[in-house]
Amino acid sequence: MNVAAKDIAKGQNILEIDGISLSFGGVKAIRDVSFDVKKGEIRAIIGPNGAGKTSMLNVINGFYHPQEGTINYKGAKRHDMRPYVAATQGIARTFQNVALFAGMSTLDNIMSGRMLKMKVSLPWHFIRFGPAEREELEHRERVEHIIDFLEIQAIRRTPVGRLPYGLQKRVELGRALAMEPELLLLDEPMAGMNLEEKEDMSRYILDVNDQFGTTIALIEHDMGVVMDLSDRVLVLDYGEKIADGTPDEIKNNQNVIDAYLGVAH
Amino acid sequence: MSDTTLKSDGGSSMSQTQRNWLITVLILAAAVAGSFVAGSDSLLYKVFVGPFVEMYEVPDLFVQVLWEGLVAGTLYALVALGFVLIFKASGVFNFAQGIMVVFGGLSLVGFYAAGVPAFLSLALSVAMMYGLAWTVERVVLRPLVNQDPLILFMATIGLTYFLIGFGEFIFGGEPKTMITQEIGLPSGSYDFDWFGGFVSFQKLDIAAAVIAAIMVGCLAVFFNKTRIGRALRAVADDHQAALSVGITLRQIWVIVWFAAGIVALTTGIMWGARSDVSFALQVIALKALPVIILGGLTSIPGAIVGGLIIGVAEKTAEFYWGPLVGGSIESWIPYFIALGFLWFRPQGLFGEKIIDRI
Amino acid sequence: MFYREAGQFKTNYRTDQAVFPIFQDKIGVLVILAFLFLVVPFWFNDFWLNSIMIPTLIFSLAAIGLNLLLGYAGQISLGTGGFMGVGAYSCYKLTTIFPDINILVHILLSGFFAAIVGILFGIPSLRIKGFYLAIATLASQFFLEWSFGRIGWLYNYNPSGAIEVSTKRMFGIAITGPHATSLTRYLIVLSIVVVLTWVASNLVRGRIGRAWMAVRDMDIAAELIGIRLLQAKLTAFAISSYFAGVAGALMVFMWLGAAEVESFDINHSFLILFMVVIGGTGSLIGSFMGAAFIWVLPIFLRAAPRVLGVDISAATVEHFNFMIVGGLIIFFLIVEPNGIARLWQIGKEKLRRWPFPY
Repeated sequence: MNVAAKDIAKGQNILEIDGISLSFGGVKAIRDVSFDVKKGEIRAIIGPNGAGKTSMLNVINGFYHPQEGTINYKGAKRHDMRPYVAATQGIARTFQNVALFAGMSTLDNIMSGRMLKMKVSLPWHFIRFGPAEREELEHRERVEHIIDFLEIQAIRRTPVGRLPYGLQKRVELGRALAMEPELLLLDEPMAGMNLEEKEDMSRYILDVNDQFGTTIALIEHDMGVVMDLSDRVLVLDYGEKIADGTPDEIKNNQNVIDAYLGVAH
Repeated sequence: MSDTTLKSDGGSSMSQTQRNWLITVLILAAAVAGSFVAGSDSLLYKVFVGPFVEMYEVPDLFVQVLWEGLVAGTLYALVALGFVLIFKASGVFNFAQGIMVVFGGLSLVGFYAAGVPAFLSLALSVAMMYGLAWTVERVVLRPLVNQDPLILFMATIGLTYFLIGFGEFIFGGEPKTMITQEIGLPSGSYDFDWFGGFVSFQKLDIAAAVIAAIMVGCLAVFFNKTRIGRALRAVADDHQAALSVGITLRQIWVIVWFAAGIVALTTGIMWGARSDVSFALQVIALKALPVIILGGLTSIPGAIVGGLIIGVAEKTAEFYWGPLVGGSIESWIPYFIALGFLWFRPQGLFGEKIIDRI
Repeated sequence: MFYREAGQFKTNYRTDQAVFPIFQDKIGVLVILAFLFLVVPFWFNDFWLNSIMIPTLIFSLAAIGLNLLLGYAGQISLGTGGFMGVGAYSCYKLTTIFPDINILVHILLSGFFAAIVGILFGIPSLRIKGFYLAIATLASQFFLEWSFGRIGWLYNYNPSGAIEVSTKRMFGIAITGPHATSLTRYLIVLSIVVVLTWVASNLVRGRIGRAWMAVRDMDIAAELIGIRLLQAKLTAFAISSYFAGVAGALMVFMWLGAAEVESFDINHSFLILFMVVIGGTGSLIGSFMGAAFIWVLPIFLRAAPRVLGVDISAATVEHFNFMIVGGLIIFFLIVEPNGIARLWQIGKEKLRRWPFPY
């Protein structure tokens, strides 16, 4: 982060959100929010429960379709898109309530992240010899690097449904990394973790950002973690943007303090 | 918005449904126009215009077909109701509903044949359905609690096999005649001269409709007005909540299976009175399945309205369009109607919008 | 003691990803294959080959097909019987239209027709899930049954309505029809089943299998990592139906010798579904075990009274058969809902530690 100032300031935007509004029936989840994410930064989105943080991530990776506003990703304007398309464009994601494939092993879960990179067509898979196997082994090697990086070698063959929560979160991060994303969305990566696990996870997030130059947008409730990790912080409350800036600016922002501590109306 | 449960495909999904409508209407319009151009001997004309002309020109026949459809629909609705009762309260997709219908009918006939007076036989049959419900809960459901729905579904198919063997062993495999008069069901028919033709309503069918209506009414009262009924509705939403009302899950299962058993017995009597009571009857379980897709697995009104729609559509299709392709399309047309319906309303007739959670 | 992988180190990813990474397993499979190819032909008589080995293998193939769809891709289908019928009837038509081409080519080709039909009826899977989908697949079952009975072209307008297999030769040896020996047919069926099982195991271990399992376990997340749901589901339907189709063709041409509509009815679909669930969903070896269990059990039950010297009528035996099969299915689901394959796995784990429990 210190390396950081990292020229991010003058870097170009990988994502620009402009005037997004999203509602379900009569309930407004997001009201006219605009912000941007610069290439290579760690961008935190914080806010009290029900502030519209997860909805915002869902909009970015195409799971929700906003009624108003535009999204500019890597220079291309879009209104909405299918999640599949978002994945092909390099947006990966982890979820608040771990969305792993419970019946598959750790290895298979992370291998499934390579899905879009695997090109060999169906007929080759019938016989497996040749291209299909070569491709499989090539990607296996990539995945083993991720497994080494996240230090989960021992649980390679374990069905993820049987793993403890902390490890599941790590596997999920592994699956997202296997997609080699340009933009990585992390939804409460440290929820339900103890201090040690949180420190590990923070380390991984920073390493991902440093080693692979991946842009990261994360939602997190632990303020300490947010302030330490992120380059810039967006604060949402009741679906509206109430502050946006560096961690230091946010700490001293009166709106944020009011939103978190409550203010007498 | 940390636990958002709604899927907002609001805008896009609506437009997709509208697009489906538009496509369908355009195709139909083109087909009708085409049939007039091609003339009354063309296949297009026979499919898209001919049957409607016939309905208009021979209205008495049309009314008769509609009536047949409604009667069949009532019975489908009853079977579907049995499915829905059990699924709603226990999440079990009970394939054995069909054999329960047979079982109910057979035990009534069986008791009577053994010399028991008709109404006592009826009472004994009801008791038998209770025994069945209790046994199923004790032997099948309780050990399988919290299993995957597929496993429970397979178990009810196993139950079906068992009951087929058991029933044939006790009652014999040959078809039997329902004791229609003995339990006070009317016979004969009301005949009318309508539209210059002749329309006939079987009294038995009218009685079936009336009894079905009464039964649905009773169930509605039971679900809405009684303590147990409210608990049953609660259990469909939340098992914990039901337990807090002071009713155990086991009791609830016995009650719903018993209720479904009574519905099955009624269906068995009605259907048996129209044809025979035999094991072939269990296929009406399969007849009721499209009704469930149409009406939704958890909706009682859905089962009823869906049953009537399927019944009428099936008979009409068979009578007016069946001959074009060699007949007997009754076996599959209800499924296609139900699927076609889903094309416009994926959540079924009364179902709530399917919500994805993430 | 003898079943341990200690000392077997993997030095590259290829050996680590082998089907049987443990040396003893490799030996075991070779022994089984040698037994099936070399011992069975010499030791088993015609009854064993015709009534047990051939049908078990054919049903295993159909069960593998359904297992790919249900156990791996998580889509329930109740239409396997219909898809087997498509294979059988298209093979029959192929032999009529191209009588000079080798029958084995026809059998393998006929699966493609089943695959096409499977894709068509798999389309609803995009909009509906679970039991709704299961019911929707019944549309294919009933529609196909109807087609086999009503479309004369399919059975060459044969007055009996059945398809009959004529004698076909390869290298001068009769391989189908009344002149083919059980042994020839057995070896052909075995070869095809072994090859296709190998194909299935290749599929499920690679990208395709992972895409299916991802859809099965959590379809939303699958979509977010870039799996196209429609494509994954339809591939599963296509390949599953291909297996069912080939099994259907084998059933008629290599086993029954003739077939009519009833050979592919709904009970057939349930039979295969039982094989998959009892054998173990998501396990190829389980499909074989399930098929063997479900197929051999009734044969055993029928033979039991004779062996035990009890004299009861054939009809009663049949009734008891139903009851016992139904009861055993329920029993099995209660004892081990994950199927025989799971028992097998547990057994292997135990063997690994033997003779020390820990």
